[in-house]
Amino acid sequence: MLKALTIDPGKCTGCKQCEMACSYVNEGEFNVSKSRIRVFDFHEEARFVPYTCTQCDEAWCQQACPVNAITTNEMGVKIVHDNLCVGCKVCTIACPFGTVNYNASTGKVMKCDLCGGDPACASACPTDAITFQDIEQTGFDKMKVWATKTTAGTEPTGPNAPA
Amino acid sequence: MHHVILGAGPAGVTAAETIRKHAPHAKITLISGEPEPPYSRMAIPYLLEGKIGEDGTYLRQEDGHYDGKGIYYKQGPVTSVDAASKSLTCADGSTLQFDRMLIATGATPLRPPIEGLDNPGVHTCWTLEDARHIAEHAKPGVPVVLVGAGFIGCIILEALAKMGVELTVVEMGDRMVPRMLDETAGNMLRHWCEDKGVKVVTGALVDAIRASGETAPAPAPSATPFAEEKPGFFARIFGGGSSEPSATPAVAPAPTAAAPSHDHPLTVHLKDGQELPAALVVIAAGVKSNIEFLKGSGIDTNHGVKVDPYHETNAKGIYAAGDVAEGINLSTGHNDMLAIQPVAVEHGYIAALNMCGIETAHRGALNMNVLDTLGLISSSFGTWEGVEGGERAVLHDKDANRYIRLEFDGDQLIGAQCVGMTDHVGMLRGLIQTHLHLGPWKDKLIESPGRVAEAYVAVMQQGPTAGYTGPKVALPA
Amino acid sequence: MGWTGKVLRIDLSNGTSKSEPLNMEWADKYLGQRGLASKYLVEEVDPKADPLGPENKLIMATGPLTGTCASTGGRYSVITKGPLTGAIACSNSGGYFGAELKFAGWDMVIFEGQSPKPVYVTIFDDDVQLRDASDIWGKSVWDADKYIKSTHQDQMIHVAAIGVAGENEVLYSCVVNDLHRAAGRSGVGAVMGNKNIKAVAVRGTGGVKVKDFKAFMDATNAGKKVLKDNAVTGEGLPAYGTQVLMNVINEAGAMPTRNGADVQFEGAGDISAEAMAEPRRTDGKPNLLTNQACFGCTIACGRISKVDETHFTIQNKPEYWHASGGLEYEAAWALGSATGTNDLEALTYVNFICNEQGIDPISFGATVGAAMELYETGVIDDKVTGGIELKFGSAEALVQCVELTGKAEGFGKELGMGSKRLTEKYGKPELSMTVKGQEFPAYDPRGIQGMGLTYATSNRGACHLRSYTVASEILGIPEKTDPLETDGKAGLVKAFQDATAAVDSSGLCVFTTFAWTLEDIAPQVDAACEGNWSVDKLLEAGERIWNMERIFNNQAGFTAADDNLPQRLLKDAAKTGPAEGLVAGLDKMLPEYYELRGWTQEGVPTNETLERLAV
Repeated sequence: MLKALTIDPGKCTGCKQCEMACSYVNEGEFNVSKSRIRVFDFHEEARFVPYTCTQCDEAWCQQACPVNAITTNEMGVKIVHDNLCVGCKVCTIACPFGTVNYNASTGKVMKCDLCGGDPACASACPTDAITFQDIEQTGFDKMKVWATKTTAGTEPTGPNAPA
Repeated sequence: MHHVILGAGPAGVTAAETIRKHAPHAKITLISGEPEPPYSRMAIPYLLEGKIGEDGTYLRQEDGHYDGKGIYYKQGPVTSVDAASKSLTCADGSTLQFDRMLIATGATPLRPPIEGLDNPGVHTCWTLEDARHIAEHAKPGVPVVLVGAGFIGCIILEALAKMGVELTVVEMGDRMVPRMLDETAGNMLRHWCEDKGVKVVTGALVDAIRASGETAPAPAPSATPFAEEKPGFFARIFGGGSSEPSATPAVAPAPTAAAPSHDHPLTVHLKDGQELPAALVVIAAGVKSNIEFLKGSGIDTNHGVKVDPYHETNAKGIYAAGDVAEGINLSTGHNDMLAIQPVAVEHGYIAALNMCGIETAHRGALNMNVLDTLGLISSSFGTWEGVEGGERAVLHDKDANRYIRLEFDGDQLIGAQCVGMTDHVGMLRGLIQTHLHLGPWKDKLIESPGRVAEAYVAVMQQGPTAGYTGPKVALPA
Repeated sequence: MGWTGKVLRIDLSNGTSKSEPLNMEWADKYLGQRGLASKYLVEEVDPKADPLGPENKLIMATGPLTGTCASTGGRYSVITKGPLTGAIACSNSGGYFGAELKFAGWDMVIFEGQSPKPVYVTIFDDDVQLRDASDIWGKSVWDADKYIKSTHQDQMIHVAAIGVAGENEVLYSCVVNDLHRAAGRSGVGAVMGNKNIKAVAVRGTGGVKVKDFKAFMDATNAGKKVLKDNAVTGEGLPAYGTQVLMNVINEAGAMPTRNGADVQFEGAGDISAEAMAEPRRTDGKPNLLTNQACFGCTIACGRISKVDETHFTIQNKPEYWHASGGLEYEAAWALGSATGTNDLEALTYVNFICNEQGIDPISFGATVGAAMELYETGVIDDKVTGGIELKFGSAEALVQCVELTGKAEGFGKELGMGSKRLTEKYGKPELSMTVKGQEFPAYDPRGIQGMGLTYATSNRGACHLRSYTVASEILGIPEKTDPLETDGKAGLVKAFQDATAAVDSSGLCVFTTFAWTLEDIAPQVDAACEGNWSVDKLLEAGERIWNMERIFNNQAGFTAADDNLPQRLLKDAAKTGPAEGLVAGLDKMLPEYYELRGWTQEGVPTNETLERLAV
């Protein structure tokens, strides 16, 4: 069964509980500037948009890493291995979604790893704007359409794409 | 079916793995030009800094990775290829037949026409072997001269500075990384480096590297500035604009008399008469494609190997990828060499699919780079110098060491460069590569270039997938 | 620990700043935010100081739970001596500013002296600068916010600013952060304006730690569940906001209407939460767009509204054709019921202007209500109002007033003094619906008796947020009491006052107490902070804070005579509704209250009390 983080900006109230949960799990403190998920605030349009890694099939970050410090686990999640990451930041420019960020205090990059299959942001979201659910329910195809526009080659587009 | 891949860099390794995925039973031979496991040159600076060991530079980390995938790893290098008979010869005299071949032999450092390049203590910084030599010499406090402050030079600069040497960098261009950053950004880097104790000499040409105390041979041959030997070559390599050396050097201190010394056995003589003492000279003056061995092979070359959108050469069944290949530049639509890791991987992947019979055209690669210069992080993307008739957004906060320059064509982003900005920086690639129409956000960006991330999310939200679906994960059954 | 342990002290006169360690001995007694900053204020400011002079100080303070994942843990308060009242002032605000200040590494910022010229202060982690504000002096809060984010090219900066009202020292001007959250009451914005501070801009990249993360996550998760399962915090507030009260309070006959002449407003339905959510007849869209949370809040009661673009207020002003902070109950009441106005779109626009110009809509609306009564009774005329036809129910008049008040132009200058000074000027002080100079809010003490004692004894002048007995008297939280009864209210008010003082000192929002008791809060505070924070310790801290504030006010010159209500509430019985025939029974509650407090009948804490509390 495939599960996905599903984000419904219409339900987001901008409370940033997701950012705090994320930074707590990953940094051991409440520090929204180090969160792997970020809530964008479009106040004039009364809209909040939580935003994080889509664990895309193309795995731009992984492909760009010169030292194999990013791998895809059996659940399709792209994981940064801190022991291997040298902090070269090539993945941060290679990810066209901008969801791999450099953490100057560790000298390594950071990205969403879905907390090993139980994402803290989804658990912390009080309004179900972020949920972790079966992929059939999430309009995954829509994301595919969008992601396709971002690819360099024609389909199939990435090393992990279906043949 | 026998696939042979020449070169064990990112393009070659990606290609081998991709072929294995799509052709489970094919025979795959990966031939390396160096007596090392496949490794990444990108990681060498971090090896020098001591951040990683040599094994940390390896492209694949797990033991027996290539054997496990049935990829036969063979030492080269290859000395000649015959396209017609689909055969090649290695340095050890062995020959090999292939059905499909990928040329992913990469590049080697240019050896500029400077007298004394063969002196002991003068090294390029390209291979693991080079790194071993540099590590031997670059001890804390010793004077080191780095020739070239291009992208590769700047990466090495960071490593050398962190090793604690007394560093002087000499760049013939009027600024640092002239092919990656504009004058403003390049000068920001320069000032930053100088503040950190690195001496930066721009607009300067190296005349000779001599043992300290040694005088110029008489009559002194007038060394030709290496940039003029192959005009425009660097520009083609990096996909950037021209870089004329400035008429007057930005810094021209009085020449210092260099006495022979054990501390600095070498002296670097600049064209303007300046003399720089050095225990180690590192040359980072650009690279050239490894294509010499293709002479007489029947494969068309230019500065690199010419390929079609499927990364096939003029010789059927022979492909090229990575630094050696002139693939499509997304920004210009022309064939070009973009010698960066992510492009090498893209090439390797596209070529491999085609080698397996899965027809896949490459839409083009985006030129981009990211650099950490002693903590000041810069990046550039696409046509960062802009196009005629396009609009520009600039943010320059000197106090905060922050610079963002965005270039638009209509309401689409076509190029960008940043200094001191790292958060969500990949969105710049996303915006450029997808040609997203920014609509009203273009004006907002012209007013506030720092709002790139917001613009990206806003535009993307209004796109065909408003209410996009997030990450997906396959849970084990 | 929840505290960062650092206080930023900014000397505006000399343009210097320094970091000093937080006084942890005081933190153990006063917790944080309201309590702890008030302690600093009473130690450092002469109670007789001119609120609008360099000897007054302005403190922006967070609580130990600010910037944590505790629900609503994003609050900060502005503490100073208030110019509207002359009493100690503490105005609490949400949004994101407080949390950002904490992430920048500061528990509180103390501003002292007076800048020789307008400045804005940037606090980017440890980097603190006073910067020339001449480009934004005279501009709105919204313009200042935009300017600062643009100048420093960082949208993640959070700004607390004054509008022109603060610059002009309008006595009920507020400090507005994040565009439409405000430290609203008692004129704290005027103090900031007097100090020549246009704005404080904060960006923090650090983290907040708590004492015991495991216990803290357990306690805050338990707390969030309580909020979610509660009908008010889990359903009512997110869906309707505080505006859920409009019809409820009106039906209870406790809706001060037309300057307190009536206790029910016939137009309440038109300006209620339900009305905000209804599609408009004009454009088929509702006034309300969505709800918004402050930092860390799992309730999300905030309203985001958009005014009808064809409405007379903005039809020629496209700069207002966007979403912004909509009507909360207090604003809807003050701008609506208190002035007899039922035009929802006009009220929303006026509320926008209050946010933009930094005006407290409660005191503003109530003052306009008083002015309308002066006008309708012939005390003032068109000459005084500058031609504004100040009739009850006139949306046009209300709009004209708000546009003049912030700018302190024409009649707006008089409105900016507040209703006490305005009515005194025209010889009708009895028409000011104030206590200690501050306008009372949206609950009529004739219909909710406990609120009479609440207003009379509030340390910052009339205020509902010092002891919100409405919870008990109307909503039955934590238990139902009879709103028309005075018996037992003294104890109820004291209990609410002490508990609220503790909540206001923690970094949490007092709205959580619709669902939470201190039993829910204490474990959260205790897991975050050293010091064994039990319910009893919180209550004791609350009582200590209350007495400390009282002593400051007494020293400032307030006496038991100021613990009073407007004569209208004490003499004129409610004309309609459940409270028909009743007046506010303050005299039946106040003596008992003093006794329960351990104060003399002159309202002075006894030595015994002070010793018991170690004030």
